[in-house]
Amino acid sequence: MPLRVEIGLKPRLFDSRGERIRGKILAAFDGDIAITSIKYLDVYNIGRDDLDDSVLKEAFCDPVIQDIAIGKPLTTDFDWYVEIGYRPGVTDNVGKTASYALELISGKRTSVASAKAFLIKGNVDRKSVLRIAEDLLANKLIENVRIFHVSEISGGIEPTLPIVKDLKPPVVEEISLEIPDEELVELSRKRVLALNLEEMKTIQAYTKDPKVIEQRKRFGLGKDITDVELEAIAQTWSEHCKHKIFNAHITYIEDGKKEEIHSLFRTYIQGATTKIREIKGDNDICVSVFRDNAGVIRFNESNNLVFKVETHNSPSALDPYGGALTGIVGVNRDPFGTGLGSRLIFNTDIFCFADPFYTKPLPPRILHPRRIFEGVREGVEHGGNKSGIPTVNGCIVFDDRYLGKPLVFCGTAGIMPTEIGGRPSHLKEIRPGDLAVMCGGRIGKDGIHGATFSSEELHEESPTSAVQIGDPITQKKMTDFLLVARDRELYRAITDNGAGGLSSSVGELALLSGGCRIDLDKPPLKYQGLSPWEILLSEAQERMTLAVPRENIEDFIKLSQQMGVESTVIGEFTSSGYFHCTYEGKTVALLDLDFFHNGLPDMHLEARWEQKTISNVETPDPQDHGEKLCQMLSRLNICSKEYVIRQYDHEVQGGSVIKPLTGLKCDGPSDAAVIRPILDSMEGVVVSNGIVPRYSDIDTYNMAACALDEALRNYICVGGDPSHWACLDNFCWCDPIESEKNPDGAFKLAQLVRANKALYDYTTAFECPCISGKDSMKNDYISDNIKISIPPTLLFSVIGKIQDVRKAVTMDLKQAGDVVYMLGVTMNEMGGSEYLASLGLRGSSVPKVDAASALRRYKNLHRAMDAGIITAAHDISDGGLAVAAAEMAFSGGLGMDIDLSLVPSQCDMKDTEILYSETQSRILITVREKDLGKAEEMLGEDASRIGLVTSEPRFVVRGLDGSVIIDKDIDILEKAWKATLDF
Amino acid sequence: MMAKTIKALVISGYGTNCEMEMAHASRMAGAHTDIVHISDVISGKCNIQDYNFLNLAGGFLDGDDLGSAQVAAIRLRHLKIGGDGPSLIDEITRFIEQGNIILGVCNGFQTLVKSGLLPGIPRGKRIVSLTFNDSGRFEDRWVRLSVNKESPCIFTRGLESLYLPVRHGEGKFVTDSAEILEHIREQNLATLFYSDDKGKPTMEYPMNPNGSTDAIAGLCDTTGRIFGLMPHPEAFTHATNHPSWTRLDLPERGQGMAIFDNAVSFLRNG
Repeated sequence: MPLRVEIGLKPRLFDSRGERIRGKILAAFDGDIAITSIKYLDVYNIGRDDLDDSVLKEAFCDPVIQDIAIGKPLTTDFDWYVEIGYRPGVTDNVGKTASYALELISGKRTSVASAKAFLIKGNVDRKSVLRIAEDLLANKLIENVRIFHVSEISGGIEPTLPIVKDLKPPVVEEISLEIPDEELVELSRKRVLALNLEEMKTIQAYTKDPKVIEQRKRFGLGKDITDVELEAIAQTWSEHCKHKIFNAHITYIEDGKKEEIHSLFRTYIQGATTKIREIKGDNDICVSVFRDNAGVIRFNESNNLVFKVETHNSPSALDPYGGALTGIVGVNRDPFGTGLGSRLIFNTDIFCFADPFYTKPLPPRILHPRRIFEGVREGVEHGGNKSGIPTVNGCIVFDDRYLGKPLVFCGTAGIMPTEIGGRPSHLKEIRPGDLAVMCGGRIGKDGIHGATFSSEELHEESPTSAVQIGDPITQKKMTDFLLVARDRELYRAITDNGAGGLSSSVGELALLSGGCRIDLDKPPLKYQGLSPWEILLSEAQERMTLAVPRENIEDFIKLSQQMGVESTVIGEFTSSGYFHCTYEGKTVALLDLDFFHNGLPDMHLEARWEQKTISNVETPDPQDHGEKLCQMLSRLNICSKEYVIRQYDHEVQGGSVIKPLTGLKCDGPSDAAVIRPILDSMEGVVVSNGIVPRYSDIDTYNMAACALDEALRNYICVGGDPSHWACLDNFCWCDPIESEKNPDGAFKLAQLVRANKALYDYTTAFECPCISGKDSMKNDYISDNIKISIPPTLLFSVIGKIQDVRKAVTMDLKQAGDVVYMLGVTMNEMGGSEYLASLGLRGSSVPKVDAASALRRYKNLHRAMDAGIITAAHDISDGGLAVAAAEMAFSGGLGMDIDLSLVPSQCDMKDTEILYSETQSRILITVREKDLGKAEEMLGEDASRIGLVTSEPRFVVRGLDGSVIIDKDIDILEKAWKATLDF
Repeated sequence: MMAKTIKALVISGYGTNCEMEMAHASRMAGAHTDIVHISDVISGKCNIQDYNFLNLAGGFLDGDDLGSAQVAAIRLRHLKIGGDGPSLIDEITRFIEQGNIILGVCNGFQTLVKSGLLPGIPRGKRIVSLTFNDSGRFEDRWVRLSVNKESPCIFTRGLESLYLPVRHGEGKFVTDSAEILEHIREQNLATLFYSDDKGKPTMEYPMNPNGSTDAIAGLCDTTGRIFGLMPHPEAFTHATNHPSWTRLDLPERGQGMAIFDNAVSFLRNG
């Protein structure tokens, strides 16, 4: 008989968790619900009932603060009881730890399922309670809800143990591909293979090849392909893994002219990096680009930096908490699985959401944006904080077109010695005969079809098995162990299990030795009942795959056991030329390695660019410039994100230099982050980001240029060295393949081409190489007649170096008397600006980037910072000069007095335009009076003196006619900036 | 005479994540410092009696899944060294009885409290706790701390105030009863208080970031040689760790080093 234990805070203590939930409910009901209190309970359902009460008390109850009830309710002092527990097969970290604790105390093994319960007091009906439970507290995809009125629980509450029922024994299915085309398409759809007809026919042709038939026969396989093989190919050939669109042959048509592009990736992204490396010659900082799980650049003589940014959009749409948590712990494994493995030093997070205050009705299966926001925030909080990796940089972009799919970008960097045991650490090597070892977590049905699922648009039948929950502690234990194993040179190669699971990780490593053979009955499972193809494809988290030389395997396994980590030999690497899987001694997959990796036919696509005629608009003037500035500061894309930032540990590891919040009261918005990864050195790593999807509505070419420039000027503003920078590109697009349901696909593809052209033009002009990247191409939502597509979105993440962190600069004003300079000329570029957006307008004059002058300006500013004469620097972006200047003032607790007639600008601009134009490559800086001469000499004609820092805490702007157009107390501005996002 | 060798041990593993900066601070203070995975302590490969300064660093032991450091305390009580030797808690007790010192930060402080090593009346009994912040949130923010000069704590000798970051979701200090709180006051075991900018202990959020009773941020035992605190001294070893360092003229050595300097000085000079 299972046993149920309830734990609650003693009544004398303030139940802050319950109260916080109550606050969320009140907000969701606009205060219109009569809930007087919520008590939060931790519930444990235990698989056996022969444990002494003393054991249960010691395991679960802190006697100073908590009460415990065993086998009966803790209290009946409530009206409604809402219990939320996991569905079978969903990762239950708390349950796992509870089981470990019980075994430590009693020596007895048992399963434990955790749940939480909310005791609601108040005059509410069952319907409202159901709405609270289903819309606010639980996610029915992964959780079960039970609701009881107090009158219904006199007999107690039945304990529940969600057990995965062993429905059918493991089977290997043989699938005939000798079927008509429409059935091939149907087969792909039914099995979520995400393969098109041409791809299905390529596999069909492969199975008909007499040599293939002959070889398969020798291993006991028939002429039909097995489900293991078909699924493995589908994973490997998925958009997610093979980037089919970025590798497609594209015919690009603009103004009737045709251009043939053989792979966007090779032409523009890799092409630019190759060119930059040539130009930089001996000063090239790239070490390993585009070929591993993450990009590698030089940091100093003895260490390299490793950086990767991923997206986890589709899972976050279905389960924001689990999706984002898995996003962050998943991207951790990329730099960890690069080369021989790196120590992880920071995380970055960029989110794109719809308005959290959205009030219109939601389409089917879409969660409210606020719920997405909170779930994603919490997932990243748990993933990052518990892994001991500081979250140092990020950004949140709001646009209602992210309602259909939120974007969740998670990035992680690592550092590794340039050599380990005399070998370059960024290279992997495998010799035939090396053992294939899986390390870390166990395999379950979680995440099956993640790679193919994310290669489709979100629809009402999207598979729920694609949702999973990460376990940062299992992963931390694993990375602790593997760093020791790395330094003892116990393994030769490492990679992570992400999309596609073992089929991808082993499949890719097999290329290094020329083949592999794995036994699919060897990997440890979370529960029985998985078929071989599921074992191969499962994307269960916290797993790495390694190549271990036979002579080291004993030491490797022993160390693993000592450090509490599960490692299992699952096969070996060979030189057979085959990806070979067996199950219980029988061959279940035998795929030619070359076909497996290179058999995918190239896609041919057409892209048609039409310059859409967007009429320019006159910039309306506000009634009152001061009031308008307050309104601008409170806009979602500009306002303070302190609420989110504070809940992330941004300084663990002890090397924090520029934190996300800075200034007099530690609440100003830093432009970028600086950390010292090596604590006895003053060398710093700088990281920044740039993302401006609003400009895509006018032209994605300029959008891409502006995104890169934003990332670079943020980097420059804190003191990053412009000769030691590199970037990552993350494209998130709406479906660019034209079809019946996607009639403007060719235009979206043209938008993608143009963004890539800009990437090439500007990364080469700035000499900032892309070192890695990722794309996510199906960010659409389709249901009934509703289609929501995200705006084309491109994130640039920049990583680089500051030689001496003591030279770093922050954005807050430092002292009265400092002189304010504007670097750069302001153009009338209001198109796509936050100002016009605040009026529901768009305009057409999108900002354009002049890279040559920008780079000169950035280099000069860097030299001036190095000379120590810049007291503050802040990048001008969303909301233009007005917003940037106001932020500098209130973050420093000082006033500012600036004169718009001194701002160098295109002729015929008016006050409003000078204040809010979003012309790129502009930076506001301050300089001490005594350093003016030096500053003007170093910065040259780029610098224009526009005002002064004042001791009186007022933000004053003089218009072109000399009159004061803004005169606001900085506290009022700060309040407006802080009020919006404070949940 | 040769200076006495100070040997510090920082325990890592199972979710601890501040071991690197803890070891760095300890080394900067002059201690010979090893980071050792807890499995090596459990197996007996590493003997804590070979050290005189034990550091329990911050992190999320076992994910804090059953409450912060709840499982860590269970492990200390129930796991036997080498399988059949003394329990970890017995070893730690022996360690402290020999005049050695223990510093627990954040999750390390939670471990000391949950295992009854702090305040240690009697040693091994849990009579105080650290629970969910009143805000209901994990928060990373810097706080001003005032030091109780009457405290027997050897780690805070000569200090008046500190400015350090807190990074926790469960840091609200509570006691089992009013008598225990009174006892802590009488014995001056409360060492650090969350304070306002005038150095006065405060219950006001966010200066008191979690709602701790009596604004208590750090606690020692009656010997003064076991000390736990929620704020992170190892996060402020260099001037550039300070969140407003670009506006201030600070000494290069961060204020958090004072705790480690005091530890080493005590072991060296008593």
